[in-house]
Amino acid sequence: MAVPAQGRVADQAVVPVPARRRGNSAHLRARRRFGLLLLLPLIVVNLLVIVGPSFAAMYYSFTDWTGIGGYNWVGLRNYTDLVKDPDFRSGLLHNLEWTAIFLTVPMAMGLMGAFLLSRITRFRMLFRVAYFIPYVIAGVVSASVWENLLDPQQGLGSALGIPGLEGTTFFGDPDRALPAVAFVDIWHFWGFLLVLFLAAMQGIDRELYEAARVDGAGLWREFRDITLPGIRPTLVFAVVLVTIWSFLTFDYIYIITQGGPAGATETAATLLYKEVFEYDQAGYAAAMGLTLSLVALVVMGLYGLARKLGWRV
Amino acid sequence: MRNYRQAPVYAVLAALFAFAVGPLVVLLFNALKTRQEAADDAIGPPSSVRLQNFVDAFQQGDLGHTMLNSAIITAGTVVGVCVISVLAAYALTRLEIRGGGVVTAYLLVATAIPAQLFLVPLFFLWTNLGLYDSRFGLVVIYWALYSPLATLMLRSYFVGLPRDFEDAARIDGAGELRVLRDVVLPLVRPGLTTVALVVGLFAWNEFFFAITFLQDDTKMPVVTSFLAFTQNFSRDWTLTSAAALIIVLPVLVLFLGLQRKFIDGLTASGLKG
Repeated sequence: MAVPAQGRVADQAVVPVPARRRGNSAHLRARRRFGLLLLLPLIVVNLLVIVGPSFAAMYYSFTDWTGIGGYNWVGLRNYTDLVKDPDFRSGLLHNLEWTAIFLTVPMAMGLMGAFLLSRITRFRMLFRVAYFIPYVIAGVVSASVWENLLDPQQGLGSALGIPGLEGTTFFGDPDRALPAVAFVDIWHFWGFLLVLFLAAMQGIDRELYEAARVDGAGLWREFRDITLPGIRPTLVFAVVLVTIWSFLTFDYIYIITQGGPAGATETAATLLYKEVFEYDQAGYAAAMGLTLSLVALVVMGLYGLARKLGWRV
Repeated sequence: MRNYRQAPVYAVLAALFAFAVGPLVVLLFNALKTRQEAADDAIGPPSSVRLQNFVDAFQQGDLGHTMLNSAIITAGTVVGVCVISVLAAYALTRLEIRGGGVVTAYLLVATAIPAQLFLVPLFFLWTNLGLYDSRFGLVVIYWALYSPLATLMLRSYFVGLPRDFEDAARIDGAGELRVLRDVVLPLVRPGLTTVALVVGLFAWNEFFFAITFLQDDTKMPVVTSFLAFTQNFSRDWTLTSAAALIIVLPVLVLFLGLQRKFIDGLTASGLKG
């Protein structure tokens, strides 16, 4: 799923291309024409797939379109329905829960792993590669692996005789399904955060650590006083990314529980999918999509504003 | 030297190592077991190396067919995205076009647009254009999805390249097309490799659009057909584990071989995947 290319790419993209001396103007015009020609494929596919349909969605969100045939203009009704829709509300609550889980567990794991890796010299590359492996594994495979491992009868729990795990249903239990699905996604995803943080930590001045060592600082104080402040921009960037993704989460839920049991893992994105493909409520789904995009926009906007205000994030 | 001991640090790192890799080792073990062995012990190593499950999974999951579909879709996506974005990035950095800033701003925004925004109209547009349930139709979606990111990556690569060679070629009278083909392309090849790896990984693993836009079993890529396969054989872990390993094998081999390029490219991309 496409999400902000901030970070390194964005920072470089902001760097302006240096202006060139003015050449012969006929020549310049020919180059510009050639340039537009080269841009054409990019512009055409993006208009067709992303820009056009995005604007169409804004329009359809004010109609009762079912996806086929005609439709009527209904004004703001889809949006007022959305506010009152208890399913959508509970879906958003699940998104909030998902956000809370993802802003803590994989963040803490990534930070801790990256920090410890930055403090060792031997086997660093080996660990880094190993932690990153789950990130390149297809979601359907990660899901299948953990459905087997967390099986109540034949999974890890019963094989190792772990009390509490043995005989426990995870994905089929309304109280445990959401954290269980999130756990699988975390297994897949946390290595990405680790690598992101590790790259940032390698930019911290080594002398700071040596000075701390002279002062007799232990691991925890190095982490708190040097590492955390040193990677703050990356940390904030990760918070922004994780928050946006958490409001759009779809794949693992669709693969493992389809929103069940009893709606326990239904999120905004899985609801939207059902509105289109099960209930033929294309206009209503478009309004949902627009609302979700607004969440992403607000988070991005706050981030952009903070950067603009000169907070070093 | 240090104010702390290294042993506990390594212990934590080893535990995280087991967490990341352990499940995949169990996957490998189960793929080698007989059904009876797996029922008796779902975690431990197999009693012997037995490859029959891979043969069965390959046949019953029709993996020959679906792997080919994935290969076609991935190759089409990679080639298309590389062509689209290298042309665009070159134009944006070198050809002084008007409105280049607007395009760049769009690219930054585009990488943040959620699929949920344009999914609904896109689905019905693709149905009307006859691109629904077509591998080509899916590839075109991937072109649009991944080209903004690829263009931004290549753009920053171009900004770091010296222009002297291009200028020299122009002074020698080479046309723009020749400058692009003979001078620029060879220089930008390392950047293109990174883009190709990142985009290839995303296309191979992509789930959301694949499950939405391809219906026919004979056109499905391996990830979406694997989902149906696990639902049909959910109690037979030896078979599903073998199929899972076949799916991840090409990715794992490429990743382990080129891990530095992969990791650098993926962290620069900022994509969830």
